[in-house]
Parts: sequence; structure tokens; C-alpha cells
Amino acid sequence: MRRRITVVSAMVGALALFTLAGCTTDPNVAAPSDDAAATEESVEWFDQELFDKQDAERDVVPEGPEGQPWLQHINAEMIDTSEFAADGAKKACFANASISNPWRQTGWITMNQQLAVLQDAGVISEMETRDAQDSDDTQIADIDYFITEGDCDIFLISPNSTAAMTPAVERACDTGKPVVVFDRGVQTDCPVTFIHPIGGFAWGIDTAEFLIGELEEGDKVVALRILPGVDVLEQRWAAAEKLFDEAGIEAVDYFTGADPTEIKKIISDELAKGDVAGVWMDAGDGAVAAIEAFEDAGVDYPVMTGEDEMSFLRKWKDTGLTGLAPVYSNFQWRTPLLAAQKIFAGEEIPSEWVLPQSPITAEEVDEYLAANDGMPDGHYAKFGGEDLPGYPQVWQDRVIP
Amino acid sequence: MTATTATKPSLPNRLAGLGRTLVSPRGAVFLLLIVLLVMIAVLNPSFAEPGQFIRFVQRVAPVAIVAIGQYFVIVGGEFDLSMGSVVTAQVVIAGNLIGQDDAKILPVTVFMFVFGALVGLVNGLIVSFLRVPSFIVTLGMMLALLGGVLYWTGGAATGNPADSFREIGRGGIRDLPVIDILPWSVVVLAIVLGLAVWFARRPFGRTIIALGDNATTVRYAGARNWWVKTSTFVISSLSATVAGILLVGYAGVHPSVGRGYEFTAITAVVLGGVVLGGGRGWVVAAAAGAFALEALFTLLNFAGVPSTYRDAVQGVIIILAVAYAATTVRARRRGRALETPAANSPADQTPPGSDPAAQTSPAPPVAKEPDPDSVSARPAPIPSTQRADNETKGGS
Repeated sequence: MRRRITVVSAMVGALALFTLAGCTTDPNVAAPSDDAAATEESVEWFDQELFDKQDAERDVVPEGPEGQPWLQHINAEMIDTSEFAADGAKKACFANASISNPWRQTGWITMNQQLAVLQDAGVISEMETRDAQDSDDTQIADIDYFITEGDCDIFLISPNSTAAMTPAVERACDTGKPVVVFDRGVQTDCPVTFIHPIGGFAWGIDTAEFLIGELEEGDKVVALRILPGVDVLEQRWAAAEKLFDEAGIEAVDYFTGADPTEIKKIISDELAKGDVAGVWMDAGDGAVAAIEAFEDAGVDYPVMTGEDEMSFLRKWKDTGLTGLAPVYSNFQWRTPLLAAQKIFAGEEIPSEWVLPQSPITAEEVDEYLAANDGMPDGHYAKFGGEDLPGYPQVWQDRVIP
Repeated sequence: MTATTATKPSLPNRLAGLGRTLVSPRGAVFLLLIVLLVMIAVLNPSFAEPGQFIRFVQRVAPVAIVAIGQYFVIVGGEFDLSMGSVVTAQVVIAGNLIGQDDAKILPVTVFMFVFGALVGLVNGLIVSFLRVPSFIVTLGMMLALLGGVLYWTGGAATGNPADSFREIGRGGIRDLPVIDILPWSVVVLAIVLGLAVWFARRPFGRTIIALGDNATTVRYAGARNWWVKTSTFVISSLSATVAGILLVGYAGVHPSVGRGYEFTAITAVVLGGVVLGGGRGWVVAAAAGAFALEALFTLLNFAGVPSTYRDAVQGVIIILAVAYAATTVRARRRGRALETPAANSPADQTPPGSDPAAQTSPAPPVAKEPDPDSVSARPAPIPSTQRADNETKGGS
């Protein structure tokens, strides 16, 4: 009995601290190597070269078919894929990091509608999908399963984290089958193409420049960040922090885990400390809670950057606050399957497929609200599925496939 | 602390008693809370304004209510790790079932309470009849509920329920003097705390404490142990349901709402001087533990501790606070063991004084009497073994 109680106490204590320590059990947290890096100053994530590249890409007019941003590309270096050209319907294997946030869910729905089109066209026979549920280990196992038993003709991989997934992606490349990576990157150029929007630095530049333009020097900005250690998120903050610093804006950052309770606490505390002129978010999940905290405290709305999630766009419109909705192009979920189609047709595709990424401004918000009327709150305005079958019903019902 | 105040009823020195109360395990949490609040107020004087402070109370209300529920389970000798996931499940249920339809508020709220009670009932019955340790049962329940939520939502936020439902967590009685707004959450917390204090002093509440202290004697005393134990789980799940309703209003619907609440609640309860393993503790101190924890988080916010190592600072402070509580518990037990023969009878006869700390004093004396004679008269040595174990654990 004594031992039992002692052991149980120890377990509870350990687990309690573990959980209280900011939910480190959160499976979204990247590989241990990334964690170690995340505890350093975020300067580590800053990469001047990439910053400049993405900064420049923001102003490039993308090439590709008009009105189909998911097929457009920026500064592409085209490569030949004729070695993969083949007839007949092929089997795609998709190793997905997760569908645990509204952005990924929206993209996943769009991807499935795109898949239906390609299946009807006889390009893809089936797509076998494994959801790693935010776990590196699971995703490595998923990829290895596909390699050994999947009978795959093409690998589509949306990596959970950058460093941890690199060896598994390399193993997939070694099979000689085409590999398409999208969203988060890996540290190898063995995939046929890597599809992604311009990137986190561009997001950080768009948002920080907007806030700096609207605010005075010395104003305070509260930065609400989801979690540390994921490159696309860290880069957003790294760019914004640098620009805030240079412009003399006082910015404090917090990790929220997208938990609205946490966001409300943080904002209330900051409001108790003094005026908050701006709110910066590295993802729109929870933007509504942040705005509500200002309402509850009975103070003026801040200048705010959220995301193109419908809940934020609607709240933005309702409150009339000064805002910007940066976009991490959700339509990129269509592109991997379309890339597969081009690869099997032997067409040229970009070796690094940089998709356009432009924020929704105050002038455009009405247009996007009207275009997405009836969509649920978790829907993303730039989902890019308007020409797919099932529109708009499938996205309105939002049944996760 | 009960020991010190209760054994010297003749001493009228209230101040000394209060001082001792504050450094004793049950009182330590109040001292910690006062220190933290003073530090926050020094760092940020506006925090001490009534309007700001009531907002702080509003924010702590859900955690405090969860801690109150957890108190009954812990003091009854078990754990409920499923509380956080019950909160999450209720938040998601409210978001998905109520939607924007005001007419559904009442039936869904009733359903949520029924669901909460059912979860507690299942936990309690499995613990009582299948003899599975509650740590495992409720851990399994936590995973089952979180899995259900994940299946239902895919792990992402869904829409918020109707604003009128959220009013209870977000709104309050407005335009009041001094505090400006009295949030409904604060009212709910006051009611829950009042009920908990009242309940803990009822025979059934005392039976729970006795059960945590020594299940065998409770059985011999004629109580239905399984029902007492099961009811603690029902209480905890219902309190998690109340917290969930408040959180839907306060924050909105997201599958991460409620995450970690079970451990926050357990830490709060331990911080409040409640002994893991059961048998000792005061429900008000458990609630105060929740306030102290939240005050700590707020303090770190105000102190501007960078987000990257804030969690580490939190962890260290919690360890130190709990270690302090443990040390004082141990010291008290040592002192108590020496005094036992002399102290017993006066302690029992002392009517519960105005000292709030004395409220549960009837329980600890019951718990504290490993009366060698009565034990040896019993065939089973289990009662004394358990008590002795606890003592050893504290002393070694």
C-alpha cells in the first residue's frame, strides 16, 4: 500500500508537471532536435538569405494558368519528368502529418475532391492515406509501410517535421518512384518536387509591415504563437520579430497551443499591464478569442493580423477593426495530385514549386466573405476549390473524409 | 495545524494561531496566494483594482471548480485523470449540439449533465467493483473521451454555440458599483464552493474523507463503500461539466480547451495541502490552490518571463511549493505522533470554532488515531498497517 501510494504520487506529480510545463505532450511539437533549437533565441530561425528570397517572391507575378493559383509558380526552375511517364491509372500513397487543425482539414477536403476528379479522368486509381496524427514516429512508420507494402506508384508526403522526416523521405526516393513533398519541407532535394506557398518569412513580412504601418513607434504588439519548433511557424515569427525590432515596436510573444482559454488569459493580462495596440498571430486559430478578450475588457479593438479563416474574417467584418488576413495558401493541397498527373504525363514541372501567397486586405474581405457565404467558421477563404465537383456543399458540410 | 489550534483551545491568542495556520500545510496555500497576489499588485498596481481582480476570479473559476471536484476524489483516496477530457468533451458537445439554436440550450445542457454523471458513474463503478486502480480507469476514460472528441472534430475547432449560452461564462451582472461587473462565473464558483463546504461537513462528506483515510473502518462502520467512492467520481465529472459550460462561454469551442486541467486540478489540490492517498484536506484550501496556481501563471506573465522558459520557471516553483507543503505535513505528523495520547480527547471534544481551518478538524483526528488498543481488538491488521504506512511515508 505504501509503495502504491508513493509510486502513484510520483507519477501524478511527474505527469502534472509535465503537462503544466506548457503541454509538452502536445504531439505537434517537432522532433527533439528541433525542440532544442526552439529553446534558443528565435534568431536561430532567422535566415537572411531565405528572408530576402521570400521578400522578393512576394512581388513576383506568378507564371501559370490565369485564375488557377494552385497551378501557378514563382521563379520556377522546370525539370523534365519524362522518365516517370506512364499510361494507365496509378496508385498514390499519401503520408499526411495530421488533420488536427482547421487549415489542414479544409485542405484535406479539397484534396479529396481533386482526387475524385483525377480518378474520373483515369489518372489515379486510388489514393491510400495514412494520417500520422502529428507524430514523427508514426509518419516514419507510415512511409516505411508504403515503401515495403504499399504497392505505390507515387509518394505524396506532407511532413510532420523537417529534420525527423528527412531520412524516411530519402528512403522513399530510393525506391525510384516519384516523390512529391508539400507544405513543410525536408532537408533533401531528392523528391521530384517540393510544393509550398512562398513561406513563413513572407507571412511575417506582410503582417509586420502592415502593423508597423498602422502603429506608432513604441506601441505594443502581443504576438500569439501556436507552438515552437515548426519551421513554417517559426519563420513567420522570426521575420515579424526582426521587423518589429527595427521599427521600434514593442512585441511580446506567447505560445498558446491555439487554446482560446490561454489566448484570453494572455490578452487580459496584457491589457491589465497597459495598452495593447496590436495583435499579431502566427495562425488564425483562436483569433476570435483574442478579439473577444478586448471586448470583455471594454477597450478599443487592436490592429490585428489573423488568417483567412472564416471565423476571423467574419469577426473582422462584424467589429470593423483594422485588420489583415495573411494567407498560407490552402489551395496547395490540390497541387500534389495535379503534380502527380503531370509527372505521369511526363510534363515539365517546377523542381521547387512555389505557389503564390498573398494576404486578404480590408478592401478584399467583403469579396471573400461573399464568395464563401454559408461556409463553416473553420473554413479557409482561399481554399481554391470553387471549380471542383461538390462545391459548395462538400465544404459547407465539412465532413472530414 | 488543526493539531496546534485544536489542542490548545484555552489559548486565546488568535493571531499566533493564524500565523501558525498560515505556515502550516493547510494554511500554506493561503500564504502563498497572498504573497503571489501582493507580488502581482506590486508589479502591476492596476491588478488590485476591484474591476480587474473580479476578472481574475472569473478566469480562475473553471479551474477552481475542477479542483473542488478533484478534491472529493483525492480526499476519498483516488484520482480522477479524466476531468480535463470531460471538460473538453462537454465543450465540444456544447459547440456541436447547440450551434446557433437558442431552443436547444436547455435540452443540451441537461444532456451534458447526464453525460457527465454517466462518465463519473462508469469510472466509479469500475474502480469499486472491478478493483482497477482509479489511476488507470480514469486514464483510460481520458483517452477514450479524447479519442471520441478527435473522431468527432478531427482535432480542430468547430463553431461556437449561441451567444446566449456563452453568456454564463462570458457575461455577468453589469453596471455594479466598485467592481463594475459581477461575472456569472464568479457567482457559479461561489455557489459550487458553498455547496462543497456544506457537503464536506455533512455525514456523507465526512464519510468520503474517512474512506480515503481508512476504507476498512468505514466498511465496518456500515457505509456502502462502493457508493461513497462512486459518488466522488460523479461529483468530479459534474464539476468538470460545470467548468466546461463556463469555458465554452469564456473561451469558445476548441479541442484544446480543458487540456491539462486534470493535472492543474491535482496540483492545485496538493498545493492546498490535501494528502494524496486521501483522508486529509480542506476543500477551500483546494480551491485556494487553484487560485495560487493561476496567480503564479499571471505573475510570470506580468514579470515578463520569456515564453521559451516560462514553463520551466512554473515547474520549479510548483515543485518548491508542493515540497514545502509536504515538509510541513511531515513536521506536523511527527509532532502529532508524540502528542497523540494527550491530544486526542480534547481535540474531539472541541467544537468547531470560528477558525475556518477547524472546519474539517473532526476528520483528521479520526484519521489520526491509530489507537493501538482498538486496532488490536480487530482481527484484521489492515487499518493500522495503512495508517502506519502513511506515517512512515511521511517520516522517512
